[in-house]
Amino acid sequence: MFDFITFRWDGEFALSILPQLLRAAVITLQATVVGFALAVVIGLAFALLRRGPRPISWPAGFVVEFLRSTPLLVQLYVLYFLLPAYGIRFDAFTTGVIGLGLHYGAYLSEVYRAGIASVDEGQWEAATALNFGRLHIWRTIVLPQAVPPMVPAFGNYFIVMFKETPLLSAITVTELMQTAKIIGSRSFNYVEPYTLVGAIFFLMSYPAALLVNRLEARLARNR
Amino acid sequence: MGFDLVPILLRGLDVTVRLTLTSAALAFAIAIVAGLGRLSPFAPIRFLAGAYVEVFRGTSVLVQMFWFFFALPLFGITLTPFVAGVAALALNIGAYGAEIVRGAIRSVPTGQIEASIALNMTPALRMRRVVLPQAFVLMLPPFGNLLIELLKATALVSLITIPDVTFQGVALQQTTGRTTEIFLWLLVLYFALAYPMTLAVRWVERRASAYRKA
Repeated sequence: MFDFITFRWDGEFALSILPQLLRAAVITLQATVVGFALAVVIGLAFALLRRGPRPISWPAGFVVEFLRSTPLLVQLYVLYFLLPAYGIRFDAFTTGVIGLGLHYGAYLSEVYRAGIASVDEGQWEAATALNFGRLHIWRTIVLPQAVPPMVPAFGNYFIVMFKETPLLSAITVTELMQTAKIIGSRSFNYVEPYTLVGAIFFLMSYPAALLVNRLEARLARNR
Repeated sequence: MGFDLVPILLRGLDVTVRLTLTSAALAFAIAIVAGLGRLSPFAPIRFLAGAYVEVFRGTSVLVQMFWFFFALPLFGITLTPFVAGVAALALNIGAYGAEIVRGAIRSVPTGQIEASIALNMTPALRMRRVVLPQAFVLMLPPFGNLLIELLKATALVSLITIPDVTFQGVALQQTTGRTTEIFLWLLVLYFALAYPMTLAVRWVERRASAYRKA
């Protein structure tokens, strides 16, 4: 039974649920990777649309601001409850990944924008003077210079997104958090599963954050 | 358009706003203390502040909230949902805020600190009269962005049964089934709160950078 005055950590129980949680951690990672891949593509699309003529750039800008100004949880609910009402049916995982991709795509579009803006005006002018085509300029002049400074920001958003994946539990994706909830409600032991989930998140995100910091420092030195 | 739904949602919005303001005040205090702690000359304090910041930034806010709400009672500490929600939000955002405080203080030019040492100011006076006033200006825009993140993060409290606007929305959706209207209203209400904050942050940022250029 529980001891309400001094809590005892049930090591045996913790060990017994660890394999189940680690399997769920794989789902969490999958959601992060697929969601981020989507965000990278969506973010670039938003960034390019916002550079377009006004009738395109203004609505794109509004969508980005809207996605950034509303909670991811509500956006997930919208996708989860609203899409089926219009006959679009995805499983929970796909819905969650689309939600992550859209939300963080909006954030990443700002990173793209800053990266592209950081390329010196003279580079454009020189490339134009050399009679390079538009695609050629983007591919060989602008993006190679714009992308390296973006890498640390991308890394940071990857970690932020990883830590936001527990929200997918609200739309029944059985990632780490949902698995911990299920274990908790089945055994009435919440401490071990939730503590382990916290530990798993920390053990993955903290080294990743250190890695991004080192990358950032290296890039700063090279400049 | 579902205007009949609005009064119920507004009741939830009131909770959302109160939750945001309470946690923001708390997070601000925590951020100052932890940010200064990370710059303390005493290693144990530096270590404690660093551990706090890394643990709360390294795990997910939802996990923290569930831990406070479901796991703490087993230690004999029972928090009401509101307290658990505020505690998790304030500690999480406070950890990010501490890094802002630390960065801002460290970016105050060393000449300022050397000059105040030359003027024989005590460390406390130097911090209060020279360093913090200059650092504070630098903190404002990132703090504003953090406040927007906090507002959006409050939606998570609906998952620990606090009747905020998201909670009311989901409850309404389940009782009335008017999915489209309810969720559109939810998005609009959050946007109406957050977007003016975004504009305010940009305005402050422009003002701050104009001041630095001058």
